[in-house]
Amino acid sequence: MLLIRCPYCEEERPELEFRNAGEAHIARSANIAAESDDDFEKFFFIRANPKGVIYERWRHIHGCARFFNAVRDTVTDKFVMTYKAGEPKPEKLPGASK
Amino acid sequence: MKKYSVFAIAREAMRGHKGWEEQWTSPEPKKEYDVIIVGAGGHGLATAYYLASEHGITNIAVLEKGWLGGGNTGRNTTIIRSNYLYDESAGIYDHALKLWDGLSQELNYNVMYSARGVMMLAHNVHDVQVLKRHVHANRLNGIDNEWLTPEQAKEFCPPLNISKDARYPVMGAALQRRGGTARHDAVAWGYARGASARGVHIIQNCEVTGIKRAANGAVSGVETTRGFIGAKKVGVVAAGHSSVIMNMAGVRMPLESYPLQALVSEPVKPVVPCVVMSNTVHAYISQSDKGELVIGAGTDQYVSYSQTGGLHILQHTLDAICEMFPIFTRMKMLRSWGGIVDVTPDRSPILAKTPVPGLYVNCGWGTGGFKATPGSGHVFAHTIAKDDPHPINAPFTLERFRTGRLIDEAAAAAVAH
Repeated sequence: MLLIRCPYCEEERPELEFRNAGEAHIARSANIAAESDDDFEKFFFIRANPKGVIYERWRHIHGCARFFNAVRDTVTDKFVMTYKAGEPKPEKLPGASK
Repeated sequence: MKKYSVFAIAREAMRGHKGWEEQWTSPEPKKEYDVIIVGAGGHGLATAYYLASEHGITNIAVLEKGWLGGGNTGRNTTIIRSNYLYDESAGIYDHALKLWDGLSQELNYNVMYSARGVMMLAHNVHDVQVLKRHVHANRLNGIDNEWLTPEQAKEFCPPLNISKDARYPVMGAALQRRGGTARHDAVAWGYARGASARGVHIIQNCEVTGIKRAANGAVSGVETTRGFIGAKKVGVVAAGHSSVIMNMAGVRMPLESYPLQALVSEPVKPVVPCVVMSNTVHAYISQSDKGELVIGAGTDQYVSYSQTGGLHILQHTLDAICEMFPIFTRMKMLRSWGGIVDVTPDRSPILAKTPVPGLYVNCGWGTGGFKATPGSGHVFAHTIAKDDPHPINAPFTLERFRTGRLIDEAAAAAVAH
C-alpha cells in the first residue's frame, strides 16, 4: 500500500484514504461543444501512461476530501512530491538532475 | 518438428529420453524480416503461428524483452469464456472459444483446455437483471449461457455458500458450460513450438527501444538491445507496455496500465469443479489441476509498471472468497504476483491498423486477454497479412475513440473480464 502525503493535511497517510483521479494537468476546454473530434479525443481518451514520472491527481476522499496533484515514478511507485490543486506543474523535480 | 504422441513417449522411454528436441530454436536475429511481432506472449506467438500456418508468411521475428510467456500470459488466472454482452465482443471472444476447442490437436501440444463451466454469481436484484440480460443477449448470438437458481448453482459447485444470511447472498447465477480454463504456459509454448517449426524466429532477451520510420512515414524496422532489425510490417502486442512501444512511433494511445494481482493457495484435493466469478464483490476462483485454488483480485487504482500491487487488494478479494466459500477460511495462500494490464476507456481491445503505414497494434485487453489468445492471434494475423482487418476485429479500431463508436463492455461487464 502506498503512503501518500496530502498537501492540505500536511500528513503522510495510507493509500486507503485516497482515491486516484487519473492524469493531472489535462485542461477541459472552456467551450467543449466547439472542440474538434481530434481535440476531444485527446482530452477525453488519450493518456500519457508513462513508464517513469507521472503527474496525477489524487483525492483525499476519507480525509479532507480535497483534490491535489502528485508526481510519482510508475516503475518504483515512489512519490517524488505532492502539491496543491491549481499550482503549476513543477518544472524542476526534487532530486532530479535536470 | 517431431510430433508428440504416445508412440514418441514409448520410444523415448526405451532410450532414456535422450531424443527429445528443443521445442523452439533460439536463432541470432537476421538483418531484416517480412514481419516483426513485438512481444512473445500468447497473443504475439499466436499471431506469428497463424501468419505462418494460414497466410504462408514465415519470415517473421517475434521479439521479447524478457522470456517467452513471462508477462501476463504466465500471470493470469487462465479463465476462458465468451459470454460478453455486445455483438462485437461476442464475435471475437466466441471466435477464440471455438479455436480453444481443438487447439491441443491443432498444435500437437496439450494446452489442457478444460470446459468445466464458468459460473457468474448474482448477489442483488441489479445483478440478476444484468446477468439475465447477458444470458438472453448471448443466446441471440448463438453463445451458450443459462440461468441457474441458487440451488442449481450449489449443485453445480457444492462448496458455494447459498445460505440466506450470507453477507453476499447468492440470488442466482449465469453459467456458460463451454467456459473453463487452460494451462497458460502451455499455450505460449505450444504456439512457440508450432511457429518455430514453420521457420519463425523467436528472439528472447531482445528489447525494442525504438521504431524506425522511412521518409514516407512508413515503418522500416525496430531498434533493439541487439541492434537494428528491419521490417516493413511491425505488429505491437506488448500488453501493459503497448503505449510505451507505440509512443516510439509517435502514436499516442487511449491506454492506461495498471497492476492486476492474482494468488494461489496450497494444493488440495479437487473441491472447486468449475470457475466461479462474482463481479459485484470482485472475486474469482478456480482450481488448477495441481490442486491449487487460483484466485484473481482486482486492479490497483493507479498507473504503474511495477508488476506488484497493494496487499489490501488481495485482502479484499480473500474477504469475498471466504464469504462465498466459508470452507476456505483456513486455507493457506502460497504465493501472489502482479501483472501490468493495459486498459482502454471502453474496456474493449484494440486490434487494428494504425495511422503509421506498416504498424499494427493488438492491445487493450485489460484484465481479460488470456481467454481471447487464439482468436486474437488468428484475426490479427489476418490484419497484418492482408493489411486489412478480419470482419471479426474490424470494429476494434483505434479510431473508435474519435468517432465515438465504442464497444462499451466497461458498463456491460463491470470489472472482471
